[in-house]
Amino acid sequence: MANEGPTPLERFINGILPENPTFRQILGICPTLAVTGSVKGAMTMAAAVAFVLVCSNIVTSLLRRLLKPHLRILVFTLTIAAFVTMADRFLAAYMYDMSKLLGPYVPLIIVNCIIIARCEVCASRQGVVTAAADAVGQSIGHALGLLAVATIREMLGSGKWFGIDLGWGAAGFEQYRWGVMILPPGAFITLGLLLGTINWIGAARAKRAASAQKGA
Amino acid sequence: MTYVTSIILIAISTALINNMVFHFFVGNCPFIGVSRRVSTAFGMGAAVTFVTTLAALLSWTVTYFILRPSPCPSAAGGQPFTLAAWVWEKFGGNPKATVDLSILGYTVYIFLIAFAVQLVEMYVRKFFPPLYKAFGVFLPLITTNCVILFVCLEVSKHCIAGSPDFWNLDRTLIYSFFAGVGFMLAIVLMGGIREELDFANIPRPLRGPGITLIITGILALAFMGFTGVDKNLNELTRPKQAQAAKMVQTPSSPPAASTQPAGHNTVPQETPRLP
Repeated sequence: MANEGPTPLERFINGILPENPTFRQILGICPTLAVTGSVKGAMTMAAAVAFVLVCSNIVTSLLRRLLKPHLRILVFTLTIAAFVTMADRFLAAYMYDMSKLLGPYVPLIIVNCIIIARCEVCASRQGVVTAAADAVGQSIGHALGLLAVATIREMLGSGKWFGIDLGWGAAGFEQYRWGVMILPPGAFITLGLLLGTINWIGAARAKRAASAQKGA
Repeated sequence: MTYVTSIILIAISTALINNMVFHFFVGNCPFIGVSRRVSTAFGMGAAVTFVTTLAALLSWTVTYFILRPSPCPSAAGGQPFTLAAWVWEKFGGNPKATVDLSILGYTVYIFLIAFAVQLVEMYVRKFFPPLYKAFGVFLPLITTNCVILFVCLEVSKHCIAGSPDFWNLDRTLIYSFFAGVGFMLAIVLMGGIREELDFANIPRPLRGPGITLIITGILALAFMGFTGVDKNLNELTRPKQAQAAKMVQTPSSPPAASTQPAGHNTVPQETPRLP
């Protein structure tokens, strides 16, 4: 089985753009929408998800011979829950402000579709190295997705990036901040438009490639 | 009377103002995945409502009687203590210690949700075959539904005995039921809109999830219009005398959140917990 599938390197690259969890697979969009009001919060969330994803993929991959088909989802979620508890306690101990900001969305990593999907699709069938490479690639892809949405929302909504004021207020744009971008509707609309843009770019590139092939 | 009023207030604030999908962003995967038809959307919503209520009941019980921090029986002094504390003291633990198992919370809630889903599936399949046909297929999917875990976490947060925002069992049940109803409302609304969308000419890149998210954003804007409704209703249902006294005390009180002019920069009073 391990010989037929893509190599670890291919899986790693796949996760970043070709199978980006946010924009291609549309998985795990609850945190993508909820914590992207500020880039800092989004990046903390991405780090927590990366930790949980890598650890649970490795553990699932080690356990894969013991899994019974009808119990596997339960085993996945319990494994994930253990690592999420660790991440949650770590955030509460060392980054209390972030822990307050992210609120219930840290425990909600347990039911994040990306992690369960990766456990199911990859880790429960592949060796440890492949599973780890896949998890790292997917978490980088997820971080990129969060970064894109958070950048747009924070820049338009509060005129900052990573908490640094961009100087739009001084330039006289203070009154044109879009309050709605920080509120829930802004999240949905930003992600929807970003999805559309990425599909559009992808389609345009495919068209160009097809026409180039025809010309040659 | 006040009991009914409070139920209505909880219902409005949970299902409409703090709607699970539009305000807390939970349950988005099924919201986008299973909202193509009104009938399937309704089935999913009903299944989620059912399991949410059951899971909230279970998690309240487990949190209150086992997991929450509690003093040992001999040090409790009449306060209710948990089963864990009783076992701790019974088997020779230090009676001055506080027994707190809440670190196990996440694992236990996931286990409870899986248990509730399995139980409901077996029960419904055995006793209500038509109902099983209607929403049975969605049951295995919702083990990993964020709405249910979110409600369990909220319940556990309000399950510390003696704290001012302690929820007793009926409050928990009402809250969780209406949280599910809010999700059902959102997904059925979306199903209706998407059925009509089949006849619309949407730009190709936006088809599918893209346009669904944008419409969700517009619906979320519409649902923001409910902000402050519960506060105003609360004012209305108060006894008349208290109202009059309040008006005399603060003649030039600032207007409530919902009556503020909706400038493009105005952030309503009840902003979400994330900045």
